[in-house]
Amino acid sequence: MDLTLTPQETAFRDELRSWLQRNVPTNWEADRRRDSMQERFAFLRGWQKTVFDAGWAGVAWPTAYGGRGATLMEQAIFTEEMARAGAPQLANTLGLSLIGPTIIQYGTDAQKTRFLQNILSADEIWCQGFSEPNAGSDLANVRTRADRDGDHFVVNGQKVWTSWAWAADWCALVTRSDPASQKHAGLTYLLVDMKTPGVDVRPLKQMTGESEFCEVFFHDVRVPVEHVLGGEGHGWQVALGTLAHERATLGVIFQVQTRRQIDRLVATCRERGIDDAVARQKVAAAYIDNEVVRLTHLRAISRIMQTGKPGPEGSILKIGWSEANQRFQIVAQELLGAHADVDEEFAYSYLRSRGNTIEAGTSEIQRNIVAQHVLGLPKSY
Amino acid sequence: MNFELNDTQRDIKDAAREFFSKELPSAVVRRLSDTDTAFDRDLWRKCAEQGYTGMIFPEQYGGVGLGFVELAAMLEEMGRALLPGPFISTVLFAGSVLDACASDAQKKTFLAPICHGDMRATVAVLEPTASWDRAAIRMAATANSGGVELTGEKWFVMDADIADFLIVAARATSGELVLAIVPSDASGVSKTVTPGMDLTRRQHRVSFDGVRVPADCVLARGAAADAALARAIDITAVGVSAEMVGGMQFVLDHTVSYVKTRSQFGRPIGAYQAVQHRCVDMFALVEGARSATYYAAYALGHDDPQAALAVSVAKAYASDAFRDVGNMAIQAQGGMGFTWENDTHLYYRRAKGSELMCGDATFHRDRIGRALLVR
Repeated sequence: MDLTLTPQETAFRDELRSWLQRNVPTNWEADRRRDSMQERFAFLRGWQKTVFDAGWAGVAWPTAYGGRGATLMEQAIFTEEMARAGAPQLANTLGLSLIGPTIIQYGTDAQKTRFLQNILSADEIWCQGFSEPNAGSDLANVRTRADRDGDHFVVNGQKVWTSWAWAADWCALVTRSDPASQKHAGLTYLLVDMKTPGVDVRPLKQMTGESEFCEVFFHDVRVPVEHVLGGEGHGWQVALGTLAHERATLGVIFQVQTRRQIDRLVATCRERGIDDAVARQKVAAAYIDNEVVRLTHLRAISRIMQTGKPGPEGSILKIGWSEANQRFQIVAQELLGAHADVDEEFAYSYLRSRGNTIEAGTSEIQRNIVAQHVLGLPKSY
Repeated sequence: MNFELNDTQRDIKDAAREFFSKELPSAVVRRLSDTDTAFDRDLWRKCAEQGYTGMIFPEQYGGVGLGFVELAAMLEEMGRALLPGPFISTVLFAGSVLDACASDAQKKTFLAPICHGDMRATVAVLEPTASWDRAAIRMAATANSGGVELTGEKWFVMDADIADFLIVAARATSGELVLAIVPSDASGVSKTVTPGMDLTRRQHRVSFDGVRVPADCVLARGAAADAALARAIDITAVGVSAEMVGGMQFVLDHTVSYVKTRSQFGRPIGAYQAVQHRCVDMFALVEGARSATYYAAYALGHDDPQAALAVSVAKAYASDAFRDVGNMAIQAQGGMGFTWENDTHLYYRRAKGSELMCGDATFHRDRIGRALLVR
């Protein structure tokens, strides 16, 4: 165990820190508060381009595809340093965290060349077409059809809860290519150009008031066979790859975001002289929650770097960060009272946090997975 | 950066697992728990031969000179096996006080025998307030021919009956803290056992009636005494947390294996989500406690300025977690989990004793809350 940064990690951090000092737009959060979601997204897209041009996008991606070829630990350092500097998020979240890594794992050389660099530069934004009205937690129940017609698949069906579909240029789509198949067999993972005729995106309004996610309808959408990822009929395996990335990598970003908010709550409490015994207990509980997620994440990354595969501790991170964030949001509301209700950031994050235990696999599904695959308990359904 | 045990640390943990599973099956834990002192001289000797009693102390006093992460790795296995007796009070608590503030001569006389496995010791801190806040220490240490004279009562003193000496925290007339060594059989010392829920450890109320401590048995005064006691409490808190992690891991493993075999409605009860989700919650608590504990152990060993905060995170989290893991384990095992012959209650009782040592979760959350909020 050695928690000091290696010379290489230190050099990476210092170089990044000094770049961020010079390049993070000042006061951007306040300036952008009144932006529409589209304006804000365009701004974040521009920021990602800046990050890419300076060589900081895709820290752990292979250099051959525009990445930096660095370690997972350096990727985690990148996330922490971005948060510490108060930098905007990168726009292409799903491309960077989920779909890009899946293409790196399963893609052909042609696909890697075609797609990866454009994910990093935010020239092409990605969304993830997994859930359907009757395939949520039971993802293997997807009904969106992909029928082979010569050198194309013809896609018909509907996806739902598709985050950022309104901004997306491409969609990673799980389809049923064998109409006679059931469940996990007969699925194919397609990379679909959202500008293809027959793709219809309808934003859904969330309880936060914004429309981050959408319904997406596909009517006779023609997808060339060279845009199959991982081979026809292997869609389930490829989708599981995406989900594994989702659960392992998104956590750091959210843990760091919560930590920033804890810092803000602490600073506000200090300004207002809120330091009574109840406040101390509640703030400490949130701090402990966040530290435990951070440290368990460090252990999980160390395990992957040392052994090449995730250990059991990684499996609980999704449950960990999502539920810890929800508990923290309640603490912030309690300690600041009416002030938090009218605080745009705290009010938004309080409402938004309720989605955390649903998106990317509900807490219930996560617990089923850990029970079966880590604790070795029998399948419950 | 690498937050995984290295090969040496893993070897220490594996060797401890093997040692304790051979020397300390649950029947032995139960037999020792039934004795007056919960102490076994032969087993203690064997622990000393493994190097456990001197693990974190300098080689010049017979120690092994290893770090707190190595200690935590070993303690996890000691806690998994539920070693009864005075290891925490002797090695972690008394040993760390001596290591932090004793003179060379005092270390030769008191620390070396601990390392060699020849002496047991304990630290008497708490008073009727039961507060781990050092400012709550009130017992009088009046000046007496270069040394001090102690009068008053200490409560909840671990393993006082088998300790060869006690380290007593008291307050001089000037208000400064004094740490003094008192032989267990000194004139004016009387001990009454006060049985708690944990069957594997004894605690006592100890009265001091004009107990004279010569100058060479005063360990430290004032700021030096306070710093040494604070450091020893932090080390002990992390050690207890590591023991708790091992205990929780046992309870989790025990429960998971039970729900795989116990069948109702024609299926193992572990196939039902209500039971599965409880097991996953237990698992998450064990892994979380482990992350927090190893980090605190590392921070303490590297004089990290955030070490005290890390210790409080670990002790607060592990204290709540061990109890909650026990709650869920008993429920998941139904009537069997509530029986005397099922080992779960031994760990559940240990969880209560460990929770109270060196400050419970509320105490440590308050410490974190003060560090964050109080200007």
